[in-house]
Amino acid sequence: MTGLAGAGADPLPLTLVALLAAGYLLAVTRDRRGWRRGRSVSWLAGCAVLALAFGPLAGGSADPRVHVAQHLLLGMVAPLGLALGAPVTLLLRVAPPPVRRAVTRVLRARPLHLLAHPATAALLATGGLAVVLLTPLYAAAERNPWLHHGLHLHYLAAGYVFAWAVAGPDPAPRRAGPAMRAGVLLGAAAGHAVLAKYLYAHAATLPPGLADRDVAALRSAARLMWYGGDVAELLLAAAFFAAWYGRRGRRVQRAACGLPAVSRTVKPSAPQCRVTWLHDW
Amino acid sequence: MSGGRAVGGGPSRLRAVDRRASALAAGIIGVAVVAAVDEIVFHQVLGWHHFYDRSTPAVGLLSDGLLHAAELLALVGGFFWFADLRRRGVLAPRAAWGGFLLGAGAFQVFDGVVDHKVLRLHQIRYGVPLLPYDVFWIAGGAALLLLGAVVLGRARPGTTSG
Repeated sequence: MTGLAGAGADPLPLTLVALLAAGYLLAVTRDRRGWRRGRSVSWLAGCAVLALAFGPLAGGSADPRVHVAQHLLLGMVAPLGLALGAPVTLLLRVAPPPVRRAVTRVLRARPLHLLAHPATAALLATGGLAVVLLTPLYAAAERNPWLHHGLHLHYLAAGYVFAWAVAGPDPAPRRAGPAMRAGVLLGAAAGHAVLAKYLYAHAATLPPGLADRDVAALRSAARLMWYGGDVAELLLAAAFFAAWYGRRGRRVQRAACGLPAVSRTVKPSAPQCRVTWLHDW
Repeated sequence: MSGGRAVGGGPSRLRAVDRRASALAAGIIGVAVVAAVDEIVFHQVLGWHHFYDRSTPAVGLLSDGLLHAAELLALVGGFFWFADLRRRGVLAPRAAWGGFLLGAGAFQVFDGVVDHKVLRLHQIRYGVPLLPYDVFWIAGGAALLLLGAVVLGRARPGTTSG
């Protein structure tokens, strides 16, 4: 557990996070149609969580609780903030036509549909975490900084795809239905909880191959993983159901005005369409 | 949960209340609220339950994880469903109360019988005679169930104020 001690916070990830935040804000200023402030706030919050995970928490501490906190923030909390920022929608709005065509082509690509299916994403995110923690990979990453960074990138990427697949406002061609998404969220959260308790129960031997094993610290790390997973599930579930609530509200309102149910652009303006009850809650 | 005034939005709009959806949405909230109270009061505040009990078998660990994840999902989903019923003005308050009590009681009985006794996930308290605790928890759940059924029964169409 000493390989990274003294390495301190790496400036490279922090620079990348700053670029992510700056690039997004630049794109927002170029969007003439007016970008919803909540999305910018969500993106910046995601970037702030990333900075927390890569900065203060990446100080090379050998404490497994710090590692768990880092994994939770990188793989579950930050990705949700970033996904709710709808970066692909923003890109499609402000990028020049060739870039937009390229993005659309990627979104239509079949491999992406497979990758962005909630089940695949959950398998990569929660399954990936299980593979790391139940095999000597965790101990190896303690010694090898490149493997360590690679795993962090994997947590972030898999967490992002999962949040996007379950709740993300960004377009997803052939998006799985709500029942499938809720079911996968349930499965992933359950898997995370079971993994955490399993690690708690077997803290004397898992994760395998650790040089100096502090069983009490590993137990409290597993507890943190369990409760942190709860918070992440609550946040993702709130994003998922809030999206449902919004969609349903728009559909009901449209039906009240006799408009087609699917169009996203038509804004009811006739007086009889001003359904006051939509706002009285 | 007195959501009756949400109907006041549309002047000429007369909506029928949806008793079934009201009872179901509130029932889901009831299940999740008792589960959350159980977690917060007995695990965190009193420290009676153990996070992990050595006698917990593997199947218990798995079902515990699934149930716990489902409770959290139900809590959030139930509240959004309830909010949607309220916003559309179709919430039936009495049916909702009935559903809430029924859900709360059903969870408590299930927790007392299946989680504690059948799966043996954990016990209510350690180092004390268990019987009074078990009887209190399961009987309390049964009383809630009964009360919920009575309230729900009185919320039927034909009786006053859904």
